[in-house]
Amino acid sequence: MTEKQEEGMVSSRKREPVRHFQMPDTLVGKLRVWRFLIARRVVQVGTLILFIGTFCWGWKLFNQPVLTGNMSSSRLLDVIPLSDPFAVLQVIASLHWPHMDALIGAAIVLVIYLLLGGRVFCAWTCPVNMVTDLANWLREKWGVRSLFVVPSKTRYWALLLALVLSFILGVAAFEWISPIAIMHRELIYGIGLGFIAVLGIFIFDLLIMARGWCGHLCPLGAFWSITGRAAQVRVAFDDASCTRCGDCVKECPEPSVLSFKEISQYGMVRSGECTNCGKCIVVCPESSLSFNLRACICKSSSQSAHGSTS
Amino acid sequence: MSATDRRQFLIRTAQMAGVAACAGVVWSPLVRSQAQAAAHALRPPGALPEEDFMALCLKCGQCVRACPFKTLKLATVADVAPVGTPYFIARNIPCEMCVDVPCVPVCPSGALDRDLTDITKARMGLAVIDREICLSLRGLRCEVCYRVCPVRGKAITLNITHNQDTNRHARFEPVINSEYCTGCGICEKACPTEESSIRVLRHSFVQGKLGEHYSPSLGDDFKTQDVRHGTDIAKELNPGDKKQAAPGVGYFNQPGGREGIIPGGGQP
Repeated sequence: MTEKQEEGMVSSRKREPVRHFQMPDTLVGKLRVWRFLIARRVVQVGTLILFIGTFCWGWKLFNQPVLTGNMSSSRLLDVIPLSDPFAVLQVIASLHWPHMDALIGAAIVLVIYLLLGGRVFCAWTCPVNMVTDLANWLREKWGVRSLFVVPSKTRYWALLLALVLSFILGVAAFEWISPIAIMHRELIYGIGLGFIAVLGIFIFDLLIMARGWCGHLCPLGAFWSITGRAAQVRVAFDDASCTRCGDCVKECPEPSVLSFKEISQYGMVRSGECTNCGKCIVVCPESSLSFNLRACICKSSSQSAHGSTS
Repeated sequence: MSATDRRQFLIRTAQMAGVAACAGVVWSPLVRSQAQAAAHALRPPGALPEEDFMALCLKCGQCVRACPFKTLKLATVADVAPVGTPYFIARNIPCEMCVDVPCVPVCPSGALDRDLTDITKARMGLAVIDREICLSLRGLRCEVCYRVCPVRGKAITLNITHNQDTNRHARFEPVINSEYCTGCGICEKACPTEESSIRVLRHSFVQGKLGEHYSPSLGDDFKTQDVRHGTDIAKELNPGDKKQAAPGVGYFNQPGGREGIIPGGGQP
């Protein structure tokens, strides 16, 4: 390596002794590290409890049922319809036209997740995420190695297949076997044999393929990945403070989301497959990663680009 | 892109398509087995024909929540109904036929038809009677089904006949009229025999259908009332067309002619 190249690298990147993430000893410090994890669990469990409370215990707000239905389709305060856009898309693919309520509900949910980030659904709402996170935690703890790995793009094929099969079979193909829908439905309306599907995912993720379901196969995740490309809340990246220690890449549950080349170029995680789970943010020893709005990130990165050229 | 690259790309695409096809081969029977599992479960009022219902139902359970009598349930895997869809078992909890039909308007997808506002127009199924077990047909004064029927005196009527077993009593035979029966299942719930001898089944399991080519050809004086729709079969099959009347049954067409053939005129 010539002197000139070395100089260039030093100027573009700090070459301090690389620090790695260390779990703080104090409880406050730990809670700080777990803050997004705790928030996600609160949202996931809270959503479920709102559904269960409304169905089983008749919870009301402003004298209206709080949240009726389940994640496939629901109604907030008996007025605002909410529907799973992917489920509605499959119904349309089966050449059936749903009622206006389902269409409006799907549009509302779509807009919400376009703003928050498509796969925010996966990390913050989907109940299966808790199952696969547990499987992954155990897998790492016990050192279970994947039997085989499929490309993470496989989910897009699953998505395409779901729509094609909906068209051929005349029914929403994924909705009929979706472990996500089964888990959510049975937690609310009573647990039955369908829970075997959830157990299946747990075993698959634990023993067969690391992050197999959420990270590789789930067509609903693929749907939200596509919409996530236009997400407004993103993980912003500060290149100046980053030491390339790689702790964030190790922590990220999604293969191929974090690449230093891309995030340093755009100043943020651009991939639609990012679930905004915040795991990378809390482990970064230099605090180079943070949540921000896409608009702010673009503005600041264009400013810094200006600054460097002038 | 070089030739090798292009070839690799094509092979890769073909591989993925192959995997997708294999997955589809596994996936579609799974969906089919789910979507067609035990299709005899009764649906909520206003449910579209089964095929459309299965396609549109989002399995959200809002109808289940709206049901004040806890009649409706969401099926789980290996239940009597396809997984996730709402159904009810009349012998457990029948449909109480709420006048405001609360389960229908909450359906977000249109799987339950919102045009149904009059519950007596609901057609969840059709009651049928096991004539061997029915107490009334055995000559007892039971008629519980007749008395509990919410469409009183219409959906179930009593046909009073001579009891040929004892040769001295009357027999009060309950008769179901498909024109009025909503399939609520209150009769099935109330039937006192150990296994209900009146049951609600889907129309497709019970009802016959005249062939399209079938023409009653009995002439205008023989107004066959189709009990299902209350319409004239002859008119329905041949609107304004009499020339298809088949020859050879002319004696039916003679005024008063059928009196001699069917005692009592054959009309109930």
